[in-house]
Amino acid sequence: MEFSSHQNDHFPGWKVVFFQYLVAVVFFILLVGYWKIQVGEHGRYAEQAERNRIRSLPIIAPRGRVLDRAGRVLVNNAPAFSVMLLRENAASLTPDKVGAMARGLNLDLGELRSEISDASQGNRFQPIIIKPHAELEDASFVESHQTEFPELALLEVQDRVYPYHSFAAATLGHVGEVSEEQVDKPGSPYRPGDVVGQSGVEREYNSVLSGSDGMRRTIVNSRGEDVGSMTSIEVVPGRDVRLTLDLDIQQVAETGLGDRNGAVVALDPRTGDVLAMVSHPTYDPNGFARHIDRETWAHLTADPGKPLMNKAIQAQLAPGSIFKIITATAALETGTITSDFTVFCPGEVTIYGHTFHDWTFENGHGHGRVDLHNAIVHSCDVYFYTLGKLLGIDKMAYFAKHMGLGARTGIDLPAEESGLVPSPEWVEKVYHRKWWPGEAISVAIGQGAVMVTPLQLAYALGGIACGGVFHTPHLVSPSDALALNTKFTAGDAKRFPIGAGTLECLTRGMWGVVNEGGTGAGAKLPGIDIAGKTGTAQVVSTGLQKSSRSSTFNNNAWFVGFEPSTKPEIVVAVLVIGGGHSAVAVPIARDVIKAYYDKKQSHQPTLEQAETQVRLLSGPLQVPSGRGKH
Amino acid sequence: MLRPGKLKDFDWFLLGVAVVIAVIGAIEIYSTTLGTPLVGQYRKQILFTFIGCLGAFVVSRIDYQAILERAPWLFGLGVLGLVVLLFTKPVAGARRWFPLGFATLQVSELVKLVIIVSVAAILADRRDEAATWKDLLKLGIVVGLPASLVALEPALGTALTFVPIAAAGVLMVGIRFRHVAVLALFGALMLPVGWHFLRPYQRERVVSFIHPAQDTRGSHYQATQSKIAIGSGGFLGKGFGSGTQSRLGFIPVSRADFMFATYSEEQGFVGTLFVMLLYFVLLLRLLDVAQTAGDRAGSLVVVGLAALLFFQVSVNVGMMIGFLPITGIPLPLMSQGGSSVLSTFLGLGMAISVRMRRLVN
Repeated sequence: MEFSSHQNDHFPGWKVVFFQYLVAVVFFILLVGYWKIQVGEHGRYAEQAERNRIRSLPIIAPRGRVLDRAGRVLVNNAPAFSVMLLRENAASLTPDKVGAMARGLNLDLGELRSEISDASQGNRFQPIIIKPHAELEDASFVESHQTEFPELALLEVQDRVYPYHSFAAATLGHVGEVSEEQVDKPGSPYRPGDVVGQSGVEREYNSVLSGSDGMRRTIVNSRGEDVGSMTSIEVVPGRDVRLTLDLDIQQVAETGLGDRNGAVVALDPRTGDVLAMVSHPTYDPNGFARHIDRETWAHLTADPGKPLMNKAIQAQLAPGSIFKIITATAALETGTITSDFTVFCPGEVTIYGHTFHDWTFENGHGHGRVDLHNAIVHSCDVYFYTLGKLLGIDKMAYFAKHMGLGARTGIDLPAEESGLVPSPEWVEKVYHRKWWPGEAISVAIGQGAVMVTPLQLAYALGGIACGGVFHTPHLVSPSDALALNTKFTAGDAKRFPIGAGTLECLTRGMWGVVNEGGTGAGAKLPGIDIAGKTGTAQVVSTGLQKSSRSSTFNNNAWFVGFEPSTKPEIVVAVLVIGGGHSAVAVPIARDVIKAYYDKKQSHQPTLEQAETQVRLLSGPLQVPSGRGKH
Repeated sequence: MLRPGKLKDFDWFLLGVAVVIAVIGAIEIYSTTLGTPLVGQYRKQILFTFIGCLGAFVVSRIDYQAILERAPWLFGLGVLGLVVLLFTKPVAGARRWFPLGFATLQVSELVKLVIIVSVAAILADRRDEAATWKDLLKLGIVVGLPASLVALEPALGTALTFVPIAAAGVLMVGIRFRHVAVLALFGALMLPVGWHFLRPYQRERVVSFIHPAQDTRGSHYQATQSKIAIGSGGFLGKGFGSGTQSRLGFIPVSRADFMFATYSEEQGFVGTLFVMLLYFVLLLRLLDVAQTAGDRAGSLVVVGLAALLFFQVSVNVGMMIGFLPITGIPLPLMSQGGSSVLSTFLGLGMAISVRMRRLVN
């Protein structure tokens, strides 16, 4: 009994031992679990803990303004804000919450959902802008619901404002949200949602204008409340860009071109300063600064007038008779002819078995016997057909290329076109056929395959008028560009010296175009020394040239004018697409030149301007007398 | 048959280990409240540790047999307390705390001791090889009734802690295989019924444990944040007062149920290991007391207490790193809460009482 009582009073020892082992095994398993998390995966969890407590809010750098040469604001900013969703906390977004957010911010629920799910594949640290250009009521919604929606925050942004709307739109360009393509490009500095310049000056000088965004980093608790601040990345505001553009001259050019389809470029040939650059029809870049809707975009891209194109640098068209200046230069400089070389113009001429018509042919008469001066003044085609035959394509191409055609001028704008100066090599390469010598005859009067942009013509004729000094056109002066440390540096002017005799001959010819009842007589203004050359270019492709002589195509009207006729200060190229006759383009250039002239007269003369004025006062007395002889 | 016990046999080691754990808990409360208005909270914890030690001392003077004899009374009192509690005003959506004027008493914490005593009382007289149906039925009532009342508070986690006490007791006395089979079958049948009685948030915890992806804010968020805290602590921890997850409120109830995550974030794996070793030593010491107890009743009391503490430590520490679903089970001695600390020390007092009387019989 004693024994059994003793046995019954105690449990078998193994049972407690079993519990001991159980405790040891369970604790071991738990410690292995802690080891895995605390040592094995420490990095991942440390990162998540940091992300939990640090809220990084981007501070958008205000974009620099764009100014005209006198410092007048052409492109400005207006303070605005966007609503953004911070994705550090996005894990806590329940469908109910997203729904409430969409209601509160007047957003489409489906769109918001897809935005959030799209973004969840990208970088988690990057907040998503769910409502750009938010209204005041959105701001108050976000601020009053901070505890409810700690994921929402307001982002101060700057809306791009173009106070003159469509004014110089093609030149200034527009900004827009960076495209996926731009973001994905290797080495791209952009992040999704960045607003960048998409065209024109906005694009060319984007790196200067955009500055660099900052980052405000704050410590937040689990309710999203700020409880402390950390080192932040300072915002570097974008710098202003001052253009060589003159608001007043631009305005006149804009008005002058009006509803017509075309372009106007005004350069200072002494420096390459672009004083005005117009391309019509145009568009309002303000629409792009906000989110542009599909409809507007489709409308703009489908418009046959191509409003998004900067025709001053992108329209590549036959220059027509303006090319005769190149031909004449080539003929004189190569010694092929002298200025007193004459040709009898009966209205047509047969060269290489083909009959080429003068533009006067339809009126039933020719120019009669003409020398070079009169051939320029009256734009005699037969004279230049003859020169074309005498010169051949190689010499004309050589001069054309050295005087700024067939290659980009190098202006500080994106997407400039190079135009085309045809050559036998080019024909063989592109069309796999032999050059036909007759093609040179058309090229001599600026038809055939030769193509130029309005800027190239202003550049070329300005350079020729300056005696063969070609300053690279620019919208930002080289000294400003240097100060802004941009990639654009206008190199030294290209020099292709033209003999004094040749220059005088050409200048007098172009003076006569305006002042001697020539084709540009419409540009004549009392007291202003304007010279220029007209062009009426047939709108036919090289292949069609022979077969089609119908007038259903409206010819393109060209005029390049400059003032004063010697050592010009301004050269203006005008293109009116489908203008019919050069007479349409002439008054536009005249008005621009007049605006420049009037402005110069009314200004308080600075030292430089005083010199100019002295020269002007003495100029008119000498020049006409010089020309009178001819 | 009151046995005085020998004071020289007082288990200073057992109490000492418990005090070290409690002090670590208090220090961690101080650390995580540093620089906040709650910085004084640790004093309460120290106070309850002190009271707990006194209580343990007093209880150790009482013969556990005398306590077991009064088990029915204690049980009745405990149930009464739980019933009365259900008629009090809810605090934070639950009726868990009984207002005492100067403090609040979490009745269920003391009921744990009542259940230890009751289970021991039922099984101590079992002289057969295994528990009978009658025993199992009694145990079912002793555990089931208070567990149901506690679950109504609601405090399901606390209710769950009663089960291992009875289970450990049954394992000690032995159980027939067919009883186990029938109980298992019954349990399996009761599962859907139990699910029906779960509150939505409780169901969510279970669901989110099984399918973590379906939960975004609720208990999965808590589990995730707790894991981030512990993982970010690394090997050596972020240091005293530097736990960002706990201090910035990412860890829920960072001083109570999630105390261990708070501690582990600041003290790292080294700290985790140290505290786990302390608990291991504590439990092994208790099991040693159970092994060397003077009689079955003594063994059952101490095994019951060990089972309770082991269950709570394992579940609490395990749920911090996602091994188990989130339930409201505090970490004994470390989690902030006077009733829990007090109850644990009183339990240890009983264990010491058993130890002091191991050779008397």
